[in-house]
Amino acid sequence: MTDMLDTDLPSFPMARECPMHPPAEYKEIRQEAPVSRVRMPDGQLAWLVTGHELSRQVLADPRMSSDRTHPAFPLALTTEQRKAFQQNSRLSIRRSMIGLDAPEHGPHRKMLISEFSVRRIAALRPRVQEIVDRCVDDLLAAPQPADLVEHVSLAVPSLVICELLGVPYEQRHGFHEWTRKLISRRTAPEERRASADKLNDFLEALVTEKEQGEPTDDVIGRLIARNRENPVMTHDEIVGTAILLLIAGHETTANMISLGTVALLENPGQKAQVVADPSLLPAAIEEMLRYFSIVESATSRVATDDIEVGGVTIRKDEGVIISGLAADWDDSVFENPDQLDFHRGARHHVAFGYGIHQCLGQNLARMELEIVFETLFRKAPNLRLAVPAADLPYKDDASIYGIYSVPVNF
Amino acid sequence: MHITADRDRCVGAGQCVLAAPAVFDQDDDGLVAPMTFDPAEGEQDNVRQAVNVCPSSAIWIDKE
Ligand code: HEM
Ligand code: SF4
Repeated sequence: MTDMLDTDLPSFPMARECPMHPPAEYKEIRQEAPVSRVRMPDGQLAWLVTGHELSRQVLADPRMSSDRTHPAFPLALTTEQRKAFQQNSRLSIRRSMIGLDAPEHGPHRKMLISEFSVRRIAALRPRVQEIVDRCVDDLLAAPQPADLVEHVSLAVPSLVICELLGVPYEQRHGFHEWTRKLISRRTAPEERRASADKLNDFLEALVTEKEQGEPTDDVIGRLIARNRENPVMTHDEIVGTAILLLIAGHETTANMISLGTVALLENPGQKAQVVADPSLLPAAIEEMLRYFSIVESATSRVATDDIEVGGVTIRKDEGVIISGLAADWDDSVFENPDQLDFHRGARHHVAFGYGIHQCLGQNLARMELEIVFETLFRKAPNLRLAVPAADLPYKDDASIYGIYSVPVNF
Repeated sequence: MHITADRDRCVGAGQCVLAAPAVFDQDDDGLVAPMTFDPAEGEQDNVRQAVNVCPSSAIWIDKE
Protein backbone atom coordinates (compact mmCIF):
# COMPACT_ATOMS: atom_id res chain seq x y z
CA MET A 1 0.00 0.00 0.00
CA THR A 2 1.39 3.35 -0.94
CA ASP A 3 0.18 6.05 1.45
CA MET A 4 0.71 4.25 4.75
CA LEU A 5 0.40 7.55 6.61
CA ASP A 6 -3.11 8.21 5.47
CA THR A 7 -4.87 8.91 8.77
CA ASP A 8 -8.35 9.37 7.34
CA LEU A 9 -8.93 5.69 6.82
CA PRO A 10 -11.80 4.17 8.76
CA SER A 11 -10.78 1.86 11.62
CA PHE A 12 -11.78 -1.77 11.77
CA PRO A 13 -13.79 -3.11 13.55
CA MET A 14 -16.45 -0.40 13.20
CA ALA A 15 -18.97 0.37 15.92
CA ARG A 16 -22.61 -0.68 15.67
CA GLU A 17 -25.46 1.66 16.46
CA CYS A 18 -28.03 -1.11 16.69
CA PRO A 19 -26.80 -4.37 18.22
CA MET A 20 -28.88 -6.37 15.72
CA HIS A 21 -27.57 -4.58 12.62
CA PRO A 22 -24.16 -4.21 10.95
CA PRO A 23 -22.24 -0.95 11.41
CA ALA A 24 -24.09 1.71 9.41
CA GLU A 25 -20.92 2.63 7.46
CA TYR A 26 -20.90 -0.67 5.58
CA LYS A 27 -23.66 0.38 3.25
CA GLU A 28 -21.92 3.59 2.25
CA ILE A 29 -18.54 1.91 1.93
CA ARG A 30 -20.03 -0.80 -0.26
CA GLN A 31 -21.61 1.76 -2.55
CA GLU A 32 -18.50 3.88 -2.85
CA ALA A 33 -15.76 1.25 -2.87
CA PRO A 34 -16.66 -2.37 -2.18
CA VAL A 35 -12.94 -3.12 -1.86
CA SER A 36 -11.47 -0.38 0.31
CA ARG A 37 -8.84 0.15 2.94
CA VAL A 38 -9.20 0.18 6.72
CA ARG A 39 -6.86 0.53 9.65
CA MET A 40 -6.61 -2.36 12.10
CA PRO A 41 -6.26 -1.95 15.90
CA ASP A 42 -2.51 -2.67 15.62
CA GLY A 43 -2.10 0.17 13.11
CA GLN A 44 -1.65 -2.06 10.04
CA LEU A 45 -3.72 -1.41 6.95
CA ALA A 46 -5.95 -4.04 5.41
CA TRP A 47 -8.45 -4.29 2.58
CA LEU A 48 -12.12 -4.62 3.49
CA VAL A 49 -14.41 -6.39 1.01
CA THR A 50 -18.08 -5.52 1.50
CA GLY A 51 -19.89 -6.71 -1.66
CA HIS A 52 -21.48 -10.16 -1.87
CA GLU A 53 -20.19 -11.27 -5.28
CA LEU A 54 -16.73 -9.84 -4.62
CA SER A 55 -16.58 -11.66 -1.28
CA ARG A 56 -17.30 -14.97 -2.97
CA GLN A 57 -14.74 -14.17 -5.64
CA VAL A 58 -12.00 -13.43 -3.08
CA LEU A 59 -12.83 -16.42 -0.88
CA ALA A 60 -12.71 -18.73 -3.91
CA ASP A 61 -9.39 -17.33 -5.20
CA PRO A 62 -6.55 -19.84 -4.73
CA ARG A 63 -4.06 -16.96 -4.51
CA MET A 64 -5.60 -15.89 -1.19
CA SER A 65 -3.87 -17.55 1.75
CA SER A 66 -5.38 -18.55 5.10
CA ASP A 67 -2.03 -18.52 6.89
CA ARG A 68 -2.97 -16.96 10.21
CA THR A 69 0.68 -16.63 11.22
CA HIS A 70 1.51 -14.30 8.32
CA PRO A 71 2.42 -10.87 9.76
CA ALA A 72 -0.10 -9.15 7.48
CA PHE A 73 -3.00 -11.51 8.27
CA PRO A 74 -5.69 -9.10 9.53
CA LEU A 75 -6.63 -9.80 13.13
CA ALA A 76 -8.92 -7.50 15.08
CA LEU A 77 -6.32 -7.34 17.85
CA THR A 78 -3.99 -4.71 19.26
CA THR A 79 -0.23 -5.21 18.90
CA GLU A 80 -0.08 -6.62 22.44
CA GLN A 81 -2.96 -9.01 21.90
CA ARG A 82 -1.52 -10.07 18.58
CA LYS A 83 1.78 -10.96 20.21
CA ALA A 84 0.00 -12.99 22.86
CA PHE A 85 -2.09 -14.72 20.19
CA GLN A 86 0.91 -15.67 18.12
CA GLN A 87 3.03 -16.69 21.11
CA ASN A 88 0.33 -18.83 22.58
CA SER A 89 1.47 -21.69 20.45
CA ARG A 90 0.11 -24.31 22.81
CA LEU A 91 -3.60 -23.98 22.12
CA SER A 92 -2.86 -23.58 18.48
CA ILE A 93 -4.86 -24.35 15.40
CA ARG A 94 -1.91 -23.43 13.24
CA ARG A 95 -1.37 -26.89 11.80
CA SER A 96 -4.96 -27.67 11.02
CA MET A 97 -6.98 -27.29 7.85
CA ILE A 98 -8.33 -23.82 8.64
CA GLY A 99 -4.83 -22.36 8.28
CA LEU A 100 -3.70 -24.46 5.31
CA ASP A 101 -3.81 -23.52 1.63
CA ALA A 102 -4.19 -25.71 -1.45
CA PRO A 103 -2.74 -28.19 -2.23
CA GLU A 104 -2.12 -29.11 1.44
CA HIS A 105 -5.61 -28.23 2.60
CA GLY A 106 -7.58 -30.77 0.53
CA PRO A 107 -6.08 -33.99 1.90
CA HIS A 108 -6.52 -32.76 5.49
CA ARG A 109 -10.14 -31.79 4.94
CA LYS A 110 -10.89 -35.03 3.08
CA MET A 111 -9.89 -36.97 6.19
CA LEU A 112 -12.97 -35.54 7.92
CA ILE A 113 -15.55 -34.78 5.24
CA SER A 114 -17.38 -38.09 5.64
CA GLU A 115 -18.00 -37.33 9.32
CA PHE A 116 -19.95 -34.16 8.54
CA SER A 117 -22.07 -35.15 5.55
CA VAL A 118 -25.77 -34.34 5.66
CA ARG A 119 -26.61 -38.01 6.24
CA ARG A 120 -24.01 -38.66 8.95
CA ILE A 121 -25.09 -35.59 10.86
CA ALA A 122 -28.76 -36.58 10.59
CA ALA A 123 -27.86 -39.87 12.29
CA LEU A 124 -26.63 -37.88 15.33
CA ARG A 125 -30.02 -36.24 15.81
CA PRO A 126 -31.30 -38.46 18.66
CA ARG A 127 -28.11 -37.90 20.69
CA VAL A 128 -28.21 -34.16 20.13
CA GLN A 129 -31.88 -34.09 21.12
CA GLU A 130 -31.02 -35.83 24.42
CA ILE A 131 -28.27 -33.30 25.10
CA VAL A 132 -30.56 -30.37 24.32
CA ASP A 133 -33.37 -31.81 26.48
CA ARG A 134 -31.00 -32.04 29.41
CA CYS A 135 -29.65 -28.51 28.96
CA VAL A 136 -33.10 -26.94 28.58
CA ASP A 137 -34.33 -28.84 31.67
CA ASP A 138 -31.30 -27.47 33.55
CA LEU A 139 -32.22 -23.94 32.52
CA LEU A 140 -35.82 -24.43 33.63
CA ALA A 141 -34.70 -25.81 37.00
CA ALA A 142 -32.46 -22.80 37.70
CA PRO A 143 -33.53 -19.81 39.84
CA GLN A 144 -34.95 -16.98 37.72
CA PRO A 145 -33.73 -14.98 35.99
CA ALA A 146 -31.48 -17.72 34.61
CA ASP A 147 -28.72 -17.28 32.04
CA LEU A 148 -29.57 -18.86 28.69
CA VAL A 149 -25.94 -18.58 27.61
CA GLU A 150 -24.59 -20.60 30.51
CA HIS A 151 -27.27 -23.31 30.58
CA VAL A 152 -28.02 -23.72 26.90
CA SER A 153 -26.00 -21.67 24.38
CA LEU A 154 -22.56 -22.75 25.63
CA ALA A 155 -23.53 -26.09 27.15
CA VAL A 156 -25.15 -27.65 24.08
CA PRO A 157 -22.27 -27.25 21.59
CA SER A 158 -19.73 -28.18 24.27
CA LEU A 159 -21.50 -31.47 25.02
CA VAL A 160 -22.05 -32.16 21.32
CA ILE A 161 -18.34 -31.72 20.64
CA CYS A 162 -17.54 -34.08 23.55
CA GLU A 163 -19.78 -36.61 21.85
CA LEU A 164 -17.99 -36.10 18.51
CA LEU A 165 -14.49 -36.22 19.90
CA GLY A 166 -15.28 -39.19 22.12
CA VAL A 167 -14.57 -37.48 25.45
CA PRO A 168 -15.51 -39.99 28.18
CA TYR A 169 -18.59 -39.00 30.24
CA GLU A 170 -16.73 -38.62 33.52
CA GLN A 171 -14.36 -36.09 31.92
CA ARG A 172 -16.99 -33.93 30.24
CA HIS A 173 -17.53 -31.66 33.20
CA GLY A 174 -13.86 -30.65 33.35
CA PHE A 175 -13.76 -30.18 29.59
CA HIS A 176 -16.81 -27.93 29.67
CA GLU A 177 -15.43 -25.86 32.59
CA TRP A 178 -12.15 -25.15 30.77
CA THR A 179 -13.84 -24.17 27.53
CA ARG A 180 -16.25 -21.98 29.52
CA LYS A 181 -13.36 -20.19 31.26
CA LEU A 182 -11.51 -19.82 28.01
CA ILE A 183 -14.44 -17.97 26.46
CA SER A 184 -15.76 -15.97 29.41
CA ARG A 185 -14.62 -12.37 29.52
CA ARG A 186 -14.72 -12.51 33.32
CA THR A 187 -11.78 -14.92 33.32
CA ALA A 188 -8.49 -13.28 34.35
CA PRO A 189 -5.73 -13.54 31.69
CA GLU A 190 -3.59 -16.01 33.72
CA GLU A 191 -6.58 -18.21 34.36
CA ARG A 192 -7.51 -18.11 30.71
CA ARG A 193 -4.02 -19.22 29.76
CA ALA A 194 -4.17 -22.00 32.36
CA SER A 195 -7.52 -23.20 30.97
CA ALA A 196 -6.10 -23.17 27.44
CA ASP A 197 -3.13 -25.24 28.62
CA LYS A 198 -5.39 -27.70 30.43
CA LEU A 199 -7.56 -28.16 27.35
CA ASN A 200 -4.54 -28.59 25.16
CA ASP A 201 -3.02 -31.18 27.53
CA PHE A 202 -6.36 -32.90 27.79
CA LEU A 203 -6.84 -33.21 24.02
CA GLU A 204 -3.20 -34.22 23.60
CA ALA A 205 -3.72 -37.05 26.12
CA LEU A 206 -7.05 -38.02 24.55
CA VAL A 207 -5.48 -38.36 21.10
CA THR A 208 -2.45 -40.24 22.46
CA GLU A 209 -4.67 -42.68 24.31
CA LYS A 210 -6.75 -43.32 21.20
CA GLU A 211 -3.60 -43.74 19.12
CA GLN A 212 -2.22 -46.36 21.49
CA GLY A 213 -5.37 -48.36 22.16
CA GLU A 214 -7.93 -50.06 19.98
CA PRO A 215 -9.58 -47.61 17.55
CA THR A 216 -12.62 -45.98 19.18
CA ASP A 217 -15.94 -45.30 17.45
CA ASP A 218 -15.89 -41.50 17.38
CA VAL A 219 -14.59 -38.82 15.01
CA ILE A 220 -11.06 -38.78 16.43
CA GLY A 221 -10.87 -42.58 16.71
CA ARG A 222 -11.95 -42.99 13.10
CA LEU A 223 -9.62 -40.19 11.98
CA ILE A 224 -6.71 -42.05 13.60
CA ALA A 225 -7.74 -45.30 11.90
CA ARG A 226 -8.05 -43.59 8.51
CA ASN A 227 -4.70 -41.91 9.02
CA ARG A 228 -3.06 -45.28 9.67
CA GLU A 229 -4.28 -46.57 6.34
CA ASN A 230 -3.41 -43.43 4.46
CA PRO A 231 -1.02 -41.23 6.46
CA VAL A 232 -1.84 -37.54 5.96
CA MET A 233 -1.58 -36.02 9.43
CA THR A 234 1.15 -36.05 12.07
CA HIS A 235 0.23 -36.63 15.70
CA ASP A 236 0.40 -32.87 16.33
CA GLU A 237 -1.91 -32.24 13.41
CA ILE A 238 -4.47 -34.69 14.79
CA VAL A 239 -4.33 -32.85 18.12
CA GLY A 240 -4.61 -29.55 16.21
CA THR A 241 -7.66 -30.90 14.40
CA ALA A 242 -9.33 -31.88 17.69
CA ILE A 243 -8.66 -28.36 18.97
CA LEU A 244 -9.99 -26.84 15.75
CA LEU A 245 -13.24 -28.79 16.01
CA LEU A 246 -13.64 -27.54 19.56
CA ILE A 247 -12.84 -23.91 18.80
CA ALA A 248 -14.66 -23.69 15.47
CA GLY A 249 -17.80 -25.42 16.68
CA HIS A 250 -18.28 -24.08 20.18
CA GLU A 251 -18.52 -20.33 20.48
CA THR A 252 -19.90 -19.91 16.96
CA THR A 253 -22.87 -22.18 17.59
CA ALA A 254 -23.33 -20.72 21.08
CA ASN A 255 -23.53 -17.18 19.73
CA MET A 256 -26.06 -18.17 17.10
CA ILE A 257 -28.23 -19.86 19.75
CA SER A 258 -28.18 -16.68 21.86
CA LEU A 259 -28.74 -14.23 19.01
CA GLY A 260 -31.39 -16.43 17.39
CA THR A 261 -33.33 -16.79 20.64
CA VAL A 262 -33.27 -13.04 21.22
CA ALA A 263 -34.33 -12.42 17.60
CA LEU A 264 -37.30 -14.77 18.00
CA LEU A 265 -38.30 -13.24 21.34
CA GLU A 266 -38.12 -9.76 19.83
CA ASN A 267 -40.16 -10.78 16.77
CA PRO A 268 -43.22 -12.47 18.26
CA GLY A 269 -44.90 -12.81 14.85
CA GLN A 270 -41.97 -14.75 13.43
CA LYS A 271 -41.68 -16.77 16.62
CA ALA A 272 -45.37 -17.75 16.44
CA GLN A 273 -44.85 -18.99 12.88
CA VAL A 274 -42.02 -21.38 13.75
CA VAL A 275 -43.68 -22.55 16.96
CA ALA A 276 -46.86 -23.38 15.03
CA ASP A 277 -44.93 -25.05 12.23
CA PRO A 278 -41.44 -26.30 13.15
CA SER A 279 -40.90 -27.40 9.54
CA LEU A 280 -40.25 -23.67 8.90
CA LEU A 281 -37.23 -23.78 11.20
CA PRO A 282 -34.58 -24.72 8.62
CA ALA A 283 -35.52 -21.71 6.48
CA ALA A 284 -35.70 -19.51 9.58
CA ILE A 285 -32.23 -20.64 10.64
CA GLU A 286 -30.81 -19.96 7.18
CA GLU A 287 -32.17 -16.43 7.46
CA MET A 288 -30.77 -15.95 10.98
CA LEU A 289 -27.37 -17.13 9.76
CA ARG A 290 -27.50 -14.49 7.02
CA TYR A 291 -28.86 -11.77 9.25
CA PHE A 292 -26.21 -12.12 11.96
CA SER A 293 -23.26 -13.47 9.89
CA ILE A 294 -21.35 -13.62 13.16
CA VAL A 295 -17.95 -14.70 11.83
CA GLU A 296 -16.47 -11.59 10.40
CA SER A 297 -12.77 -10.96 10.71
CA ALA A 298 -12.15 -14.71 10.97
CA THR A 299 -12.71 -14.99 7.23
CA SER A 300 -9.60 -12.98 6.43
CA ARG A 301 -6.87 -13.77 3.94
CA VAL A 302 -3.43 -12.64 2.78
CA ALA A 303 -2.69 -12.15 -0.92
CA THR A 304 0.15 -14.34 -2.25
CA ASP A 305 0.29 -12.43 -5.53
CA ASP A 306 -0.94 -9.12 -6.98
CA ILE A 307 -4.67 -9.64 -7.47
CA GLU A 308 -7.23 -7.49 -9.31
CA VAL A 309 -10.50 -7.37 -7.40
CA GLY A 310 -13.40 -5.04 -8.11
CA GLY A 311 -11.19 -2.55 -9.92
CA VAL A 312 -8.39 -2.33 -7.36
CA THR A 313 -5.11 -4.19 -7.15
CA ILE A 314 -4.43 -6.00 -3.92
CA ARG A 315 -0.68 -6.43 -3.68
CA LYS A 316 1.18 -9.54 -2.62
CA ASP A 317 1.45 -9.79 1.19
CA GLU A 318 -1.45 -7.43 1.86
CA GLY A 319 -4.20 -8.51 4.25
CA VAL A 320 -7.86 -8.75 3.25
CA ILE A 321 -10.93 -8.90 5.51
CA ILE A 322 -13.87 -10.44 3.75
CA SER A 323 -16.82 -9.21 5.78
CA GLY A 324 -19.51 -11.86 5.51
CA LEU A 325 -21.77 -9.54 7.46
CA ALA A 326 -21.41 -6.75 4.92
CA ALA A 327 -21.78 -9.25 2.05
CA ASP A 328 -24.93 -10.73 3.53
CA TRP A 329 -26.49 -7.28 3.86
CA ASP A 330 -25.65 -6.37 0.26
CA ASP A 331 -29.01 -5.00 -0.87
CA SER A 332 -28.29 -5.74 -4.52
CA VAL A 333 -28.46 -9.44 -3.58
CA PHE A 334 -30.71 -9.53 -0.50
CA GLU A 335 -33.63 -7.16 -0.81
CA ASN A 336 -34.41 -5.23 2.40
CA PRO A 337 -31.56 -6.93 4.23
CA ASP A 338 -32.64 -5.39 7.55
CA GLN A 339 -35.82 -7.48 7.54
CA LEU A 340 -35.61 -10.85 9.17
CA ASP A 341 -37.69 -12.67 6.59
CA PHE A 342 -38.07 -16.40 7.18
CA HIS A 343 -39.57 -16.83 3.72
CA ARG A 344 -36.65 -15.27 1.87
CA GLY A 345 -35.40 -18.69 0.75
CA ALA A 346 -31.84 -17.41 0.50
CA ARG A 347 -29.11 -20.03 0.81
CA HIS A 348 -26.34 -18.11 -0.91
CA HIS A 349 -25.28 -16.17 2.17
CA VAL A 350 -21.63 -16.43 3.23
CA ALA A 351 -22.23 -16.87 6.97
CA PHE A 352 -20.31 -20.16 6.69
CA GLY A 353 -17.73 -18.68 4.37
CA TYR A 354 -17.16 -19.71 0.74
CA GLY A 355 -14.52 -21.58 -1.21
CA ILE A 356 -12.52 -24.55 0.03
CA HIS A 357 -12.70 -23.51 3.70
CA GLN A 358 -16.47 -23.21 3.82
CA CYS A 359 -17.55 -24.45 7.23
CA LEU A 360 -17.07 -28.18 7.60
CA GLY A 361 -19.48 -28.31 10.55
CA GLN A 362 -22.32 -26.36 8.94
CA ASN A 363 -24.81 -29.21 8.89
CA LEU A 364 -24.11 -30.01 12.51
CA ALA A 365 -24.56 -26.33 13.39
CA ARG A 366 -27.87 -26.19 11.51
CA MET A 367 -29.13 -29.26 13.33
CA GLU A 368 -28.08 -28.01 16.77
CA LEU A 369 -29.85 -24.71 16.16
CA GLU A 370 -32.98 -26.41 14.90
CA ILE A 371 -33.24 -28.75 17.89
CA VAL A 372 -32.48 -25.99 20.40
CA PHE A 373 -35.12 -23.55 19.10
CA GLU A 374 -37.77 -26.26 18.75
CA THR A 375 -37.12 -27.69 22.23
CA LEU A 376 -36.68 -24.36 24.00
CA PHE A 377 -39.95 -22.82 22.83
CA ARG A 378 -41.86 -26.07 23.30
CA LYS A 379 -40.66 -26.62 26.88
CA ALA A 380 -40.72 -22.93 27.82
CA PRO A 381 -43.61 -21.31 25.94
CA ASN A 382 -43.44 -18.27 28.25
CA LEU A 383 -39.73 -17.69 27.81
CA ARG A 384 -38.94 -13.97 27.95
CA LEU A 385 -35.97 -11.65 28.40
CA ALA A 386 -35.39 -10.41 31.94
CA VAL A 387 -33.85 -7.16 30.61
CA PRO A 388 -34.60 -5.13 27.48
CA ALA A 389 -32.87 -6.59 24.42
CA ALA A 390 -31.01 -3.31 23.88
CA ASP A 391 -29.35 -3.65 27.30
CA LEU A 392 -27.89 -7.12 26.78
CA PRO A 393 -24.08 -7.35 26.86
CA TYR A 394 -23.27 -7.78 23.15
CA LYS A 395 -19.80 -8.93 22.11
CA ASP A 396 -18.66 -5.71 20.47
CA ASP A 397 -15.11 -6.52 21.45
CA ALA A 398 -14.85 -10.05 20.06
CA SER A 399 -13.95 -11.33 16.60
CA ILE A 400 -17.08 -13.52 16.57
CA TYR A 401 -20.24 -11.58 17.34
CA GLY A 402 -22.63 -12.75 20.03
CA ILE A 403 -23.96 -12.01 23.52
CA TYR A 404 -22.12 -12.62 26.79
CA SER A 405 -25.22 -13.43 28.83
CA VAL A 406 -28.96 -13.53 28.24
CA PRO A 407 -30.96 -13.47 31.50
CA VAL A 408 -34.39 -15.00 30.96
CA ASN A 409 -37.57 -15.70 32.90
CA PHE A 410 -39.96 -18.46 32.00
CA MET B 1 -30.84 -30.36 -18.46
CA HIS B 2 -27.56 -32.21 -17.94
CA ILE B 3 -25.20 -31.71 -15.02
CA THR B 4 -21.60 -32.61 -14.19
CA ALA B 5 -19.95 -33.07 -10.78
CA ASP B 6 -16.22 -32.92 -10.16
CA ARG B 7 -15.44 -34.92 -7.05
CA ASP B 8 -11.86 -33.64 -6.97
CA ARG B 9 -13.12 -30.13 -6.41
CA CYS B 10 -15.85 -31.09 -3.94
CA VAL B 11 -15.20 -30.02 -0.32
CA GLY B 12 -18.16 -31.94 1.06
CA ALA B 13 -20.09 -29.02 2.47
CA GLY B 14 -23.36 -30.70 1.51
CA GLN B 15 -24.97 -27.49 0.28
CA CYS B 16 -26.10 -29.22 -2.92
CA VAL B 17 -27.86 -31.92 -0.89
CA LEU B 18 -29.76 -29.28 1.07
CA ALA B 19 -30.72 -27.34 -2.04
CA ALA B 20 -31.70 -30.29 -4.28
CA PRO B 21 -32.04 -33.45 -2.19
CA ALA B 22 -33.71 -35.36 -5.03
CA VAL B 23 -30.69 -34.86 -7.27
CA PHE B 24 -27.58 -34.71 -5.08
CA ASP B 25 -26.30 -37.07 -2.43
CA GLN B 26 -22.99 -37.50 -0.64
CA ASP B 27 -21.34 -40.92 -0.74
CA ASP B 28 -19.58 -42.65 2.18
CA ASP B 29 -16.59 -40.36 1.68
CA GLY B 30 -18.86 -37.34 2.03
CA LEU B 31 -18.21 -36.29 -1.57
CA VAL B 32 -20.91 -35.31 -4.04
CA ALA B 33 -22.61 -38.25 -5.76
CA PRO B 34 -25.47 -37.14 -8.02
CA MET B 35 -28.36 -39.60 -8.16
CA THR B 36 -29.09 -38.44 -11.69
CA PHE B 37 -27.24 -36.39 -14.27
CA ASP B 38 -30.46 -35.47 -16.09
CA PRO B 39 -32.61 -33.77 -13.47
CA ALA B 40 -36.34 -33.74 -14.13
CA GLU B 41 -38.13 -30.52 -15.05
CA GLY B 42 -39.47 -29.99 -11.53
CA GLU B 43 -35.99 -30.21 -9.99
CA GLN B 44 -34.22 -27.77 -12.26
CA ASP B 45 -34.71 -24.67 -10.12
CA ASN B 46 -33.30 -26.52 -7.14
CA VAL B 47 -30.34 -27.63 -9.25
CA ARG B 48 -29.67 -24.02 -10.26
CA GLN B 49 -29.70 -23.07 -6.59
CA ALA B 50 -27.34 -25.96 -5.75
CA VAL B 51 -24.92 -24.80 -8.43
CA ASN B 52 -25.11 -21.27 -7.08
CA VAL B 53 -24.40 -22.24 -3.47
CA CYS B 54 -21.71 -24.87 -4.03
CA PRO B 55 -18.66 -23.21 -2.43
CA SER B 56 -16.08 -24.86 -4.64
CA SER B 57 -17.70 -24.80 -8.11
CA ALA B 58 -17.74 -28.60 -8.07
CA ILE B 59 -21.09 -28.97 -9.87
CA TRP B 60 -22.33 -27.25 -13.00
CA ILE B 61 -24.99 -27.38 -15.67
CA ASP B 62 -23.49 -28.28 -19.03
CA LYS B 63 -26.77 -28.36 -20.94
CA GLU B 64 -29.86 -26.35 -20.00
C1 HEM C 1 -23.40 -21.40 13.50
C2 HEM C 1 -22.23 -21.92 13.77
C3 HEM C 1 -21.02 -21.80 12.88
C4 HEM C 1 -20.62 -20.76 12.07
C5 HEM C 1 -21.33 -19.43 11.83
C6 HEM C 1 -19.38 -21.18 11.44
C7 HEM C 1 -18.68 -20.41 10.52
C8 HEM C 1 -17.52 -20.81 9.87
C9 HEM C 1 -16.83 -20.04 8.85
C10 HEM C 1 -17.24 -18.66 8.36
C11 HEM C 1 -15.75 -20.77 8.44
C12 HEM C 1 -14.74 -20.37 7.35
C13 HEM C 1 -13.47 -19.79 7.89
C14 HEM C 1 -12.54 -19.31 6.80
O1 HEM C 1 -12.95 -19.18 5.64
O2 HEM C 1 -11.37 -19.01 7.11
C15 HEM C 1 -15.77 -22.01 9.19
C16 HEM C 1 -14.83 -23.02 9.05
C17 HEM C 1 -14.85 -24.19 9.80
N1 HEM C 1 -15.81 -24.59 10.70
FE1 HEM C 1 -17.50 -23.58 11.20
N2 HEM C 1 -19.04 -22.43 11.87
C18 HEM C 1 -20.02 -22.85 12.74
C19 HEM C 1 -20.09 -24.08 13.39
C20 HEM C 1 -19.17 -25.11 13.26
C21 HEM C 1 -19.26 -26.41 13.89
C22 HEM C 1 -20.41 -26.88 14.76
C23 HEM C 1 -18.14 -27.10 13.54
C24 HEM C 1 -17.70 -28.50 13.91
C25 HEM C 1 -17.79 -29.04 15.05
C26 HEM C 1 -17.35 -26.24 12.68
C27 HEM C 1 -16.14 -26.59 12.11
C28 HEM C 1 -15.45 -25.83 11.19
C29 HEM C 1 -14.19 -26.24 10.59
C30 HEM C 1 -13.45 -27.55 10.85
C31 HEM C 1 -13.80 -25.20 9.72
C32 HEM C 1 -12.55 -25.16 8.84
C33 HEM C 1 -12.84 -25.72 7.49
C34 HEM C 1 -11.67 -25.60 6.51
O3 HEM C 1 -10.74 -24.83 6.76
O4 HEM C 1 -11.70 -26.32 5.49
N3 HEM C 1 -18.01 -25.03 12.53
N4 HEM C 1 -16.87 -22.02 10.04
S1 SF4 D 1 -22.15 -28.24 -2.54
FE1 SF4 D 1 -20.35 -28.51 -3.82
S2 SF4 D 1 -18.70 -28.89 -2.39
FE2 SF4 D 1 -20.59 -29.21 -1.27
S3 SF4 D 1 -21.01 -31.40 -1.41
FE3 SF4 D 1 -22.09 -30.41 -3.07
S4 SF4 D 1 -20.65 -30.48 -4.76
FE4 SF4 D 1 -19.46 -30.91 -2.95
